[in-house]
Amino acid sequence: MRLILKQPSILPGFGLTLGFTVFYLSLIVLIPLSGLFIKTSALSWGQFWEMITTSRAIASYQLTFGASLIGALINGLFGSIIAWVLVRYRFPGRAFIDALVDLPFALPTAVAGITLAAIYASNGWLGRYLDLFGIKVAFTPLGVLVALTFIGLPFVVRTVQPVLQDLDKEVEEAATTLGANRWQTFLAVIVPELWPALLTGIAMAFARAVGEYGSVIFIAGNMPLKSEITPLLIMTKLEQYDYTGATALGVVMLVVSFVLALAINLLQWWSSARHMNQ
Amino acid sequence: MSIQVDHVTKKFGAFTVLNDVNLHVRSGELIALLGPSGCGKTTLLRILAGLERPDQGRIFLHGTEVTDHRITERQVGFVFQHYALFRHMTVADNVAFGLTVKPRAQRPSAARIQEKVEELLTLVQLQAMADRYPSQLSGGQRQRVALARALAVEPKLLLLDEPFGALDAKVRKELRRWLRRLHDELHITGILVTHDQEEALEVADRVVVMHQGNVEQIGTPDEVYENPATPFVYQFLGDVNVFHGRMSQGRGMDGEDRTITPEWEHFPEEREVTFVRPHDLELSVSRTSPTQLEATVRFVNTAGARVHLELESKESSELIAVELTRERYRELKLQPGNVVYLHPKQLQVFKVPAT
Repeated sequence: MRLILKQPSILPGFGLTLGFTVFYLSLIVLIPLSGLFIKTSALSWGQFWEMITTSRAIASYQLTFGASLIGALINGLFGSIIAWVLVRYRFPGRAFIDALVDLPFALPTAVAGITLAAIYASNGWLGRYLDLFGIKVAFTPLGVLVALTFIGLPFVVRTVQPVLQDLDKEVEEAATTLGANRWQTFLAVIVPELWPALLTGIAMAFARAVGEYGSVIFIAGNMPLKSEITPLLIMTKLEQYDYTGATALGVVMLVVSFVLALAINLLQWWSSARHMNQ
Repeated sequence: MSIQVDHVTKKFGAFTVLNDVNLHVRSGELIALLGPSGCGKTTLLRILAGLERPDQGRIFLHGTEVTDHRITERQVGFVFQHYALFRHMTVADNVAFGLTVKPRAQRPSAARIQEKVEELLTLVQLQAMADRYPSQLSGGQRQRVALARALAVEPKLLLLDEPFGALDAKVRKELRRWLRRLHDELHITGILVTHDQEEALEVADRVVVMHQGNVEQIGTPDEVYENPATPFVYQFLGDVNVFHGRMSQGRGMDGEDRTITPEWEHFPEEREVTFVRPHDLELSVSRTSPTQLEATVRFVNTAGARVHLELESKESSELIAVELTRERYRELKLQPGNVVYLHPKQLQVFKVPAT
């Protein structure tokens, strides 16, 4: 999106398309979100502050943002490996695995949540064995992490994959002729090239996880102060007709998400602006 | 380091890229592999570097067989057509790369690496650019960085894959002269792949002309230019006029006085093709000998050091190109439409293989 008009473009339609963009974004994003702020403004600062800093709310922020971040980082690592395997190797079943990656996108989140809960419950397929080691996944914060990792996976794979595909083979060959082994080539040559795409993927997985509701509530157990995510807390408040309380929490999530997204964008811009200004 | 390529064959699927190629390169020589795209020259270079494996045949570097050696064991420097610089590293870091990835025991100290990088950047005349990123450099500068990077590991053999192919004509000319001077200073064995005959003839000690996976001729620039071994070499090394005809008992049937290779005298009748370089054609405005070819001037281009003419003749289906010196052109006072008489100072006849 270009909001700053530096000079008249040779392409026609700038006014029209920018006008449409602003109108559309207003309709879809800005107006509903400003409604959130307007509703919240019924509260005084003191009330607002009190409402968003209850111990229950703070515990839910910690879980939501913490689990989302860890999930996004896990996806960053394993998503990259999956993208690597899909791009670099030709093996039977590759197309199948490629399609499998998109499943967390397509699956209704509730289905995902129920499935995960069933598998990881202490009498489930996996939960049964994890139980032997004293690891409880379902109905604990760990379950939240599992759900958030599950739904974030496609974002990393799908952003890293095309970049990896377009990576110049000659650059790797150059590194090899200069005496670098595979590992050195990977760390010094491939990772820096993937870095911006990887950051984007992690940011998207994170953003998705912060907003996730459906899959989490089935596996989380939803115990206040322990395994309750902020979206669920908002839901609870709505069910109690506490609309301003819900919107206040909504504002917090909105602001934090926006700041984080902005920070990641800046980081990405900084890492790519230095040497790819062409 | 001397190189011996021994009966190397390489196929990609059903397509034969290299067909039983043999080549010997002496230590310290600069060789050009010359040919049109798809002739296998780059594949041969990549096989020498270890980036590809031959299907058959063997490679010896300095008398040691390296066919199965890995790239890192061969001590070759490779320069790519599109530079292949690490774009997230500064120029200095790019050049230092080969040294910093060495195993700890062999790695020079940080100070020594820096010293070496400075030395190399001075060699390629880019001292001032050490802290820039590749995207901030011009194409010619980038290729010099790539060369410095390849030289940093002190390779015994320098392989250059169309190093000036992506540069504009003027920079290309400057860089190839600079490369020749550099080679004379460093005495490193070098192989340069190019499709530009001018570049090959100017830079290399010897030229290997390749065509469709075969080596057509190996020789010094003079040898390949003056005595092309095959019609392909003749046509590939510079502009040429082609006359198709038949000959009988070693003489052209149109009765022209020609230098004809004696070995063909016993063939009763063969299709033949005659090659004449544009600058080997002499023009006169009046007929002085019965064997001269009559032609009409169609186009004249006087821009440049020499005047280029295109003539039309009954004897040739295509326009005949002629190159004259400016003095000769002024003497003749030629205009489009004038009738002139042609005589070849030098020509070469090849028998067309029976198909």
